[in-house]
Amino acid sequence: MKYMLLIYGKEYSPAEVSEEEQQAEMAQYFAFNEHLRQRGSEYQGEALMPASTATTVRVRDDKTITTDGPFAETHEVLGGFYIVDAKDLDDAIAIAGMIPGARKGSIEIRPIVVF
Amino acid sequence: MTHHSSNDVREAIEQVIHAEYGRVLAALSAQFNDIAAAEDALQDALIAALRQWTTNGIPRNPAAWLTAVAKRRAIDHVRRDQHHAAVPDDALDTLPAPSASGDEEFLMTDPDEAFPDERLKLMFACCHPALALEAQVALTLRTLGGLTTDEIARAFLVNEPTMAQRITRAKAKIRAAGIPFRIPDPSLLPERLDAILAVLYLIFNEGYASTHNRAHLRRNLCAESIRLARIVVDLLPDAPIRAEAEGLLALLMLHDSRRDARHDAGGGLIVMEDQNRALWDHAQIREAESLLERALKRRRPGSYQIQAAISALHAQAPTYADTDWAQIAELYSVLMSLSDSPVIALNRAIAVSMVDGAAAGMRLLRPLASALDDYYPYHVARADMLRRLHEREAASDAYDRAILLCHSPREADYLRKQRQALNDY
Repeated sequence: MKYMLLIYGKEYSPAEVSEEEQQAEMAQYFAFNEHLRQRGSEYQGEALMPASTATTVRVRDDKTITTDGPFAETHEVLGGFYIVDAKDLDDAIAIAGMIPGARKGSIEIRPIVVF
Repeated sequence: MTHHSSNDVREAIEQVIHAEYGRVLAALSAQFNDIAAAEDALQDALIAALRQWTTNGIPRNPAAWLTAVAKRRAIDHVRRDQHHAAVPDDALDTLPAPSASGDEEFLMTDPDEAFPDERLKLMFACCHPALALEAQVALTLRTLGGLTTDEIARAFLVNEPTMAQRITRAKAKIRAAGIPFRIPDPSLLPERLDAILAVLYLIFNEGYASTHNRAHLRRNLCAESIRLARIVVDLLPDAPIRAEAEGLLALLMLHDSRRDARHDAGGGLIVMEDQNRALWDHAQIREAESLLERALKRRRPGSYQIQAAISALHAQAPTYADTDWAQIAELYSVLMSLSDSPVIALNRAIAVSMVDGAAAGMRLLRPLASALDDYYPYHVARADMLRRLHEREAASDAYDRAILLCHSPREADYLRKQRQALNDY
């Protein structure tokens, strides 16, 4: 099955995180990507721009309403995602637990619909 | 065939079906990764069984027969509807080619073939942490407990449509999220097994301590949880991982052994102190004790084993006063080192009061006052210790508070009698 792993966490401004901390986190993500390649799981993943750059679109009565900001204003925001191939939910949970962001924020797992 | 014998056959068939239902459903669910599809296929197979077994007799391996026919029926559905995605392709490979004749269906299963018991896999799926606890409980009872949706709804005090929806949603989530039907990896196994044991304990307690009055429903829940715990024990490897499952099974059997002594003719509650111990199920107690002994030898202690050991000490005691309270107090101390709960501390205080006197018990109760002020057994324990210290007024106040807080009219009646009895001292 394919699962989308959504990485939620607190957003930090550049001033809040030192260069070293950023470097260390990038290294963790590179290591995680390498792990996915080694276990033979196909994946895609991207980091997202800050939530302040988000736009929400709704269509009501055929009118498109475009609003500023992410869908829901919460303490933790969507910061990135992976789409991975996993054997089943337990396998996806195991992968999600290895994402560096899981240690500070949370990962939402969503099965992907196959058409 | 006379009317009478056809009824006998039907009854025999229904008995076999009742006995095999859980195993067959588990085998089909594990194969399809989908409980709802398994139920549909099994329904078809049951209809075929009633028809064919009435003419041909019951096959020697009914579970294998039902499973094979159910798989075939499911595949027929897939062939009819090519877009049906419920049955994975590899489920098709293991099956014989379809045939038109019922006789062939009847002959195709080898009666001596080992029929794998997949019920533990189904239980791991039903008790998966991606499902809410109430959904885990309902689904476990529906798929493996053999209770109807209506019975489960009444046991948990919700209406039937609500319970039906809860079960349907849980099945849909298992399918959509890819919750697996398998024994979890060793790294996950202890925690996932704990989840199963917690669900079974919850089912038992719902039956044992529930406040509503339907005696047969309560007894059903206790019996089902014991039956399911036995399945877990039987299907786990004979290894240390089995210790807590054996501990839980022993614990449930020990509690349940007192079932006939716990209520008077009017349904009123009788506390352990006043129970007629001759009414306890001593055969069941012996079986639980040997189970617990086996568990303890595995040298992987856990809270169910310790609770079972406490319950076993009660079961062995000739009277309430002649109970090995010192050892019980000791076991509660061990339990407290595993989980620091004020309820465990309360039970320890009660045991200590039986060894070192009510004053010693009261000293241990005092620090629990704020944590347990809304918990009526705390006030019952206080009332009892105050009574033994001849503080009649304070004891009466403690009973008042306990009566106010307890939810069950039976227990309230009992407590009122206790309060009344204070005047006799």
